[in-house]
Amino acid sequence: MKIAIPVDEKSIESSVCISFGRTPYFLIYDMESKKSIFLDNSAAASQGGAGIKAAQTIVDNNVGALLTPRCGENAAAVIKAANVKIYKTINDSIIDNINALNEGKLALLDDIHAGFHNHGGK
Amino acid sequence: MKIAVLSGKGGTGKTLVAVNLAAAAKESIYIDCDVEEPNGYLFFKPRDIKSEKITIKIPIIDERLCKGCRKCVDFCKFNALAYINDKLIVFDEVCHSCGGCVLFCPEKALTEKEKIIGEVQRGVSDNVTVITGILNTGEASGIPIIKKLLSDTSAGKGLTFIDCPPGSACIVMESIKDADYCILVAEPTLFGVHNLNMVYNLVRLFDKPHGAILNKCLDGENPAEKFCIEKGIQILGKISFDNELGTLNSNALISVRENMKYRDMFSALLQTVTKEVRHETAINP
Ligand code: SF4
Ligand code: SF4
Repeated sequence: MKIAIPVDEKSIESSVCISFGRTPYFLIYDMESKKSIFLDNSAAASQGGAGIKAAQTIVDNNVGALLTPRCGENAAAVIKAANVKIYKTINDSIIDNINALNEGKLALLDDIHAGFHNHGGK
Repeated sequence: MKIAVLSGKGGTGKTLVAVNLAAAAKESIYIDCDVEEPNGYLFFKPRDIKSEKITIKIPIIDERLCKGCRKCVDFCKFNALAYINDKLIVFDEVCHSCGGCVLFCPEKALTEKEKIIGEVQRGVSDNVTVITGILNTGEASGIPIIKKLLSDTSAGKGLTFIDCPPGSACIVMESIKDADYCILVAEPTLFGVHNLNMVYNLVRLFDKPHGAILNKCLDGENPAEKFCIEKGIQILGKISFDNELGTLNSNALISVRENMKYRDMFSALLQTVTKEVRHETAINP
């Protein structure tokens, strides 16, 4: 199975990015072959709907799971429609999280937030 | 003559000023553009309300025709579309109704449907025609409602007061676009100056004639006043901090209609404002 993680830099030694939709890169990691690929997140610069676009990228890469600290409502709708599981990361170390998933220690993310879609607020 | 009333955040007295100026005029129109949380009608308690639903156009997919080329997904710059599991998903709340995807789809699989996003209510409260915009919760943008609110009044010769949404986002820009004059309402604190600066930059960007009303004034130093003097912003008037006014306001009463003292105060303010507007429109027609 391949998994996706939003990451700050193009290195497995870097850290998990706190944002899903606005992360600069995604790590696509193959749990079996242990190969990693880094994708640019083209959604990072979009005006709105970044989560939806980022989710589309994840789904298009045929991953089975997404590991992320948080995920917006719309992005979660896309990811769930594709039957991709969303796990909550435990800390910002990429390797720790991959190991935890291997050991079955990651929990599914259930606090999906409603997002900040009000045009820059009040 | 259209006068927009703005402030950088809610609770500065923006509605207090807009409502009371409108009530102090002989005849006027009050338009509540704060469509996410309209509250002017709570004061005016308008009668003979006529309401009109506001709709926008949202794409709808005919799955039998869709070939999955994703041209629409790539086109939508708002990312309101996703193509998952051989199905197109439309995120209604994210869609900005540009209509692009419908034109773009080579298979003609997309058409438009009307979706209600809110309403406009028109009513009367003595000398004031009250027009209120209401955006349903969860909708992306109140701009279609603001457009409707302001389109109907273009012909009006009398005084129109536009109660703007707080802040300086695009919805505020839409609200002041056609205004002849902008009143900035500010509180006498440092945070108030920060908020004042936001709307001040906005009216300057739009090159709108403007002046400030300082609310909740106490004796002693007033950073908002200092800011106005530094920037050369005309101070139209000061409203002192006053428990009675506060109580009337929090009971949703219009102070101009309750107490001669406030009627005089807001009438004087209104005179200053109309004089300013005339002056501005005379030199910048
Ligand atoms: S452009 Fe038309 S055919 Fe292509 S994916 Fe979109 S709806 Fe389907
Ligand atoms: S109408 Fe415009 S904003 Fe809405 S989905 Fe189509 S392309 Fe996107």
